[in-house]
Amino acid sequence: MRELSLNVLDIAQNSLSAGASLVEIGVAEDTGQDLLVLTVRDNGRGMTPAQQAAVRDPFYTTRTTRRVGMGVPLFRMAAEMAGGGLDIASVPGEGTVLTARFVRSHIDRMPVGDMCGTVTALIRMNPQVNFLYRRRFNSREMAVDTRELRQVLGEEVPLSDPDVMEWITAYIQEQEDSLTENAGPQTDADRSR
Amino acid sequence: MKSIEELKAIRDKAREKMTVRDASGEEGIRVVVGMATCGIAAGARPVLNAFVDEVAKRHLPNVTVTQTGCIGMCQYEPIVEVLVPGQEKVTYAKMTPEKAARVVVDHLVNGNAVAEYTVGSMLK
Repeated sequence: MRELSLNVLDIAQNSLSAGASLVEIGVAEDTGQDLLVLTVRDNGRGMTPAQQAAVRDPFYTTRTTRRVGMGVPLFRMAAEMAGGGLDIASVPGEGTVLTARFVRSHIDRMPVGDMCGTVTALIRMNPQVNFLYRRRFNSREMAVDTRELRQVLGEEVPLSDPDVMEWITAYIQEQEDSLTENAGPQTDADRSR
Repeated sequence: MKSIEELKAIRDKAREKMTVRDASGEEGIRVVVGMATCGIAAGARPVLNAFVDEVAKRHLPNVTVTQTGCIGMCQYEPIVEVLVPGQEKVTYAKMTPEKAARVVVDHLVNGNAVAEYTVGSMLK
């Protein structure tokens, strides 16, 4: 994975396989504390304590097509090599929260990358699921909630309509850009996209 | 700035289009992109977005783009399957956004599979 947004996309697939109807994706950057925190929270079926312990193991997977499961181990590696770590909290029947922390300025911290691309791909491909994307940069915050967008669209117009997706993409990008607008010098290469 | 008012206008326009689409009633073409860890790491996200954008740009209402997990040929990712009703499935391997654009034109619009992008041609 070349950017963290791809890890998020990958991890979110686990939430979807767990039957989640709501997936919350969070990106929080704090330059004062030099911290970047990525979270994926779902209301899927959750994991037992034994599964939570096993998910660290790249040779653990629930699927039957092959015997390896690289998603969580790769994300953990990305966090640990940037001075952070990865935590999973899960309650069977209630859902799972995965939190990855990074030292923001760490030389080995991968760029966040195209979060908008990740979020729009998820929305587009999973019409039956709701997504809440929250992003924070120091004290500024933005949020896009497909439940709110669905209320505007009504029942017959899907989120996956090309014109609707174009609006959502532009809206997310605008909101993301406003987070760092006039926020002073950035040390982050992400914003160069 | 993108406004909710703008979204409402898009909604109203989409409602009109939809009644036209429902009337056609034919079974559509499916484009399936592999989006497991292997696919994503190999670049499936830009491929998926390229398909969606090209399909939208060319107004192909009978085409749906969906995703699937790992199909066990990770070394050929990003893998894309094209399913045209009444025809054998075509599996494209090592896809890129550029290749996606060509598959949309040649295969989805004109009905000619792009032989050199298929997994079969790479196995030879």
